[in-house]
Amino acid sequence: MMGPSITAYLILAAALFTTGAVGVLVRRSPLIILLSLEIMLNGANLALIAFSRYHGELDGHDCQGEDLAVAASEVVVGLGLIVAMSRRRLDLDVDRLTTLRG
Amino acid sequence: MGDVLVWTVWGAAAFACLGSGIAVVTFRNPFFSALALIGNLGALAVLFLLLSAEFVAAAQVLIYAGAVMVMFLFVIAYLGGSATEPPTRVSSWQGFAAAAAGTALLVEILLAIGLKGGGRLADEADVAQSFGSPAGIGRLFLTDHLLAFEITSIVLLVAAIGGVILGSHSRAERRASRTATGGGPQTPDDSWSGPSGTVPAGLPEEASAQ
Repeated sequence: MMGPSITAYLILAAALFTTGAVGVLVRRSPLIILLSLEIMLNGANLALIAFSRYHGELDGHDCQGEDLAVAASEVVVGLGLIVAMSRRRLDLDVDRLTTLRG
Repeated sequence: MGDVLVWTVWGAAAFACLGSGIAVVTFRNPFFSALALIGNLGALAVLFLLLSAEFVAAAQVLIYAGAVMVMFLFVIAYLGGSATEPPTRVSSWQGFAAAAAGTALLVEILLAIGLKGGGRLADEADVAQSFGSPAGIGRLFLTDHLLAFEITSIVLLVAAIGGVILGSHSRAERRASRTATGGGPQTPDDSWSGPSGTVPAGLPEEASAQ
């Protein structure tokens, strides 16, 4: 294959995943946490496709398709929760959602 | 010559991918974050093309950048100004702990790649011209991945039902909004109102902003 080897793709995937993970940990707006989660999923998807190319098998592509569906479901439920929160006039700040704290 | 071209495209796509990823995490306005995520998905589609995954790249752009992100932008527009994160800063120990956890995660993944992959990842398999075609992916979905395929459809159905339930007005909430617009205090039996200490956020802020 011309161009960079699989290792370069995997390092990029690791960097993407870490960026998203730090975003989930640091940010407090639930919208941005959802967007950071998408970045983490993108990193995982890149690793799947890279390994699929490395082995010459299509299984990674299928896993990526299932990943896409799970990401879409997660966005539907997450955005539904955020809209419900804003309708009930709760703050869009995950640090202040402490009703369920034990 | 072709090698140089592929490296250039890869470098540009990788740079755009990482840069827009960092932009998503750092922007305060979620609208700009969502736009940066669309750029991230586009750059990722270029990388998928370089890995000869044409169908996946097309599906990524259509479903993610086309459908999911439009839904995101609609919700951000619906929330308006209350979507922007308040400017209170993360406490220092939280920032430090997040940076430490992120560094640990990155080092761990890179070590795993280096130790398990080592030098063996350099030579990948030769693939036919039809690698990544919709026909091959579809055949695999209906043979080896049939169970995962069916479970995925159930997950999507459950998520759709959940979205409808979360989006519909409940009776308690209707009562709460009626009393809120009537100017009176919220009824005490409204189980969905926030903790008693919280200031009701949405309306007063918007009113003061205008």
